[in-house]
Amino acid sequence: MTATHVEKHTDLPELSRDEILRYSRHLILPEVTIAGQRRLKAASVLLVGAGGLGSPTALYLAAAGVGRIGIVDFDEVDVTNLQRQVLHGTSDVGRKKIDSARDRLAQTNPHVKLETFDTRLTSENALEIIGDYDLVVDGTDNFATRYLVNDACVLLGKPNVYGSIFRFDGQASVLAAEGGPCYRCLFPEPPPPELVPSCAEGGVLGVLPGLVGVIQATEAIKLIVGTGQPLIGRLLLVDAASMQFKTMKLQRNPSCPACGTREIRELVDYEQFCGLSPEADGSPDGIPEITPVGLATRIEGGDDFDLVDVRQPEEWEIGKIPEARLVPLDTLTSCLGDFDTGRDIVVYCRSGARSARAVAELKSVGFERAWNLAGGIIRWSEEVDPTMPIY
Amino acid sequence: MSIKVSLPGVLAKLTDGQNTLDADGSTVAQVVSDLAARYPGLGPRLQNADGEPYEFVTIYLNEEDIRLAGGFEAAVSAGDELTVVPAVAGG
Repeated sequence: MTATHVEKHTDLPELSRDEILRYSRHLILPEVTIAGQRRLKAASVLLVGAGGLGSPTALYLAAAGVGRIGIVDFDEVDVTNLQRQVLHGTSDVGRKKIDSARDRLAQTNPHVKLETFDTRLTSENALEIIGDYDLVVDGTDNFATRYLVNDACVLLGKPNVYGSIFRFDGQASVLAAEGGPCYRCLFPEPPPPELVPSCAEGGVLGVLPGLVGVIQATEAIKLIVGTGQPLIGRLLLVDAASMQFKTMKLQRNPSCPACGTREIRELVDYEQFCGLSPEADGSPDGIPEITPVGLATRIEGGDDFDLVDVRQPEEWEIGKIPEARLVPLDTLTSCLGDFDTGRDIVVYCRSGARSARAVAELKSVGFERAWNLAGGIIRWSEEVDPTMPIY
Repeated sequence: MSIKVSLPGVLAKLTDGQNTLDADGSTVAQVVSDLAARYPGLGPRLQNADGEPYEFVTIYLNEEDIRLAGGFEAAVSAGDELTVVPAVAGG
């Protein structure tokens, strides 16, 4: 991409007087210069996700003068996003993220052409959307979309500037670049869904997507300008707790079905690939549920039953149902001896998803009288006890 | 033989909070077995029930992906470092 731009220098758009002033600190940088800034103006970048990673990436790519930025996101701004998603502000809560992003980025740099896609990236639309951009920045929050972005980038020959975070740990690389490895070379298969905690369940240090997103923006700019050594063939590991950065070799796997053997010739069903059924909403089939009002009635009536909270201790400290006892889901298997087959068991968590898995496990080992609190603490707060904090 | 093993924070809760551990073995498999014996919670996060590596956990021997260096049978020697990198999807 960059070589082509260099060769077609005369095809690059001119900078206006305003732009020359705005980008002056780039223009005097020997690694960028006017030629590099014109390459940025000529470039187009697609951001998949306007969340934690997409926020700093979008702000810096817009500020840097990338000519055309596309953003794909179907979500709305939630107050719990604001701890890390710095693209959005308090007054944006409830708005579409793409609307909030468009307003903020127009303020950051009016010279940038913004294009927004109010949709989830899917096997049906990914090739068409990605095909219109020079490179992709992967800021998604789930494995299904990450494999989708990867495969689409490999098929289209577009570099995928990858970043991923969890708690204090981050990863970054440039994938699917010409001759380089892809996401499937790094992780041939996704973990099973039961081993995948979301940021909503596992937490994330708010500044970590800032660190990793800025690394992604840096790599995107380097690729466009054609300077430095991109993270192609290298995996950068960021440990924000110890503040150590490590770089591993990321080699192309000759048997990779995407970029090696090329047996993946079209996009597949990524929900299925990741073990997710389309209707998965946190309450697996056949899990008996009790409503918050039903549970409140049983508690008030003095019923004898075992109320079990399967969240993490940190969540328990935020707020709990007083009659409950704490058995974090990851310790459930070793605590089964504390359960009584003769008593009813009601299990809850934040949203009802983890507790559904706990009920499934309890039933599988013979505790037939187990129920899941539908909607978890969130619905309990909405329907029974408004003093219960929602988080 | 003492091999240094580096874990991400998310797995360190299974090793009493330790991000770096010393383990013994002359192959990656032996190092993993040593760790699994000492930290029962960690074992199933590094290998499946058949003792094989996962496709969603990449282990590096120094800087090299062990998948391209013999997998769990890759030889290790004193002073080597294994870095465990599970797939994470947060964004």
